[in-house]
Amino acid sequence: MPVIDKTTFDELKQMSGDDFINELIDTFLEDAPKMIAEIKSGYASNNVEVFRRAAHSMKSNAATFGASQLAALAKELEMLGKENKLQETGDRLKSLEEAYDSVRSELTRLKS
Amino acid sequence: MKLRHEPGQMLVVDDNRVNRLLLTRALEQNGHQVANAENGKIGLEMLRAKSYDVVLLDIDMPEINGFEVLEALLEDEELRYLPVIMTSASDELDRVVKCIEMGAEDYLVKPLNPVLLRARVNASLEKKRLRDEQRRLFRTFATPEVAEQLLRDGFSLGGKYVTASIMFTDIRSFTTLSEKQEPSEIIEMLNDYFAIMFDAITANNGTVNQMQGDGLMAIFGAPAQDDQHCEKAVNAALEMIELLKVFNEQRVTQGKTEVRIGIGIATGKVIAGYTGTQHRATYTCVGDTVNLAARIESHTKVVGKPILIDQYTHKGISAGIQVEDLGEVIFKGKQQAIRIFSVNS
Repeated sequence: MPVIDKTTFDELKQMSGDDFINELIDTFLEDAPKMIAEIKSGYASNNVEVFRRAAHSMKSNAATFGASQLAALAKELEMLGKENKLQETGDRLKSLEEAYDSVRSELTRLKS
Repeated sequence: MKLRHEPGQMLVVDDNRVNRLLLTRALEQNGHQVANAENGKIGLEMLRAKSYDVVLLDIDMPEINGFEVLEALLEDEELRYLPVIMTSASDELDRVVKCIEMGAEDYLVKPLNPVLLRARVNASLEKKRLRDEQRRLFRTFATPEVAEQLLRDGFSLGGKYVTASIMFTDIRSFTTLSEKQEPSEIIEMLNDYFAIMFDAITANNGTVNQMQGDGLMAIFGAPAQDDQHCEKAVNAALEMIELLKVFNEQRVTQGKTEVRIGIGIATGKVIAGYTGTQHRATYTCVGDTVNLAARIESHTKVVGKPILIDQYTHKGISAGIQVEDLGEVIFKGKQQAIRIFSVNS
């Protein structure tokens, strides 16, 4: 599975234009670390709502860029938050961070 | 009427920056002017401060979420007609359904599909413009309350059958009355007189739909549905007579002739709808009941009573209203005899 789904990304780029896609990527790369930090702190403090909402935002934005794997992971976390099962998070936080790292490299490369 | 693809004022409410940017961009590309709010609280403040055409509302937000914003909008007399498009993830459709049931206009799934966005925003804009136009029209010939009720309960622009009470009023011996007065005095008198009549009609949920010379026609029970239309129409007639007494007392002290009126009310099925053009439209009723009401009004001259009602109106009023049975009358052009009652004022 590619890190960024080409069709989705190309459609987004076509819709928004070259300059704007760069702005959009920059915004995401700026906000995503905050979301990850919130997911982690929500997990650490067992704050289900913070955890769930940050995962929800991450899922939404990842899907926008065609980052399917990152979106799927974020969705799993969101579901755990929804069902109040943070204890079942396991190593998903680590996987999420790794997935995000790949997405960040790929998006940085895709910036024109 | 050209409504499609004209730009509008949009408000995007979303706590996520990427989503806000993207929506804003897509809407701007369609020519709209777009403002942003990063949460529901700010969104509501902006909506109350300035007028927008369409709101794109995220559901999952901190502070005040999309449900709460939607609820607040629906409770607001001014903002309840603003089309709201919910924006949500594809796996939250159960929540979207809840919003639509609550009163949201439409929804869009994120990530956005630009074609769908364009179509749904344009559809909502068109609805907004139509609603604005309707409100503007209503307010020119109905009270704000009737206008609001209509918009709230929904109605159709086309004609339909409705059961309503129709009232005709006319000034007795207007020609004789006007011969004794200066033109400016006549106009002044008519204006005062109509002001009184309108007050009595609108206070009883009626709508004046025609004024001609010294006469007017009013409808009770339509366009706003009102199950008490018979009673309301008769109450309006009684108030008219009451108000006219005061009006006449003033006239007498000024050495002027008293104004006498006749009121005829008939109840039944009428064909009601909007007629006119884009710039001048009116709600009107036609049918046998309308003709009958006009005939009954004329009949007040024959029997010398100010308020006459037909048997169908009589059936719909409470026992507290004193009437006198005048028996059956066969009106000109009618086959069937109609029982007529005089209402005691």
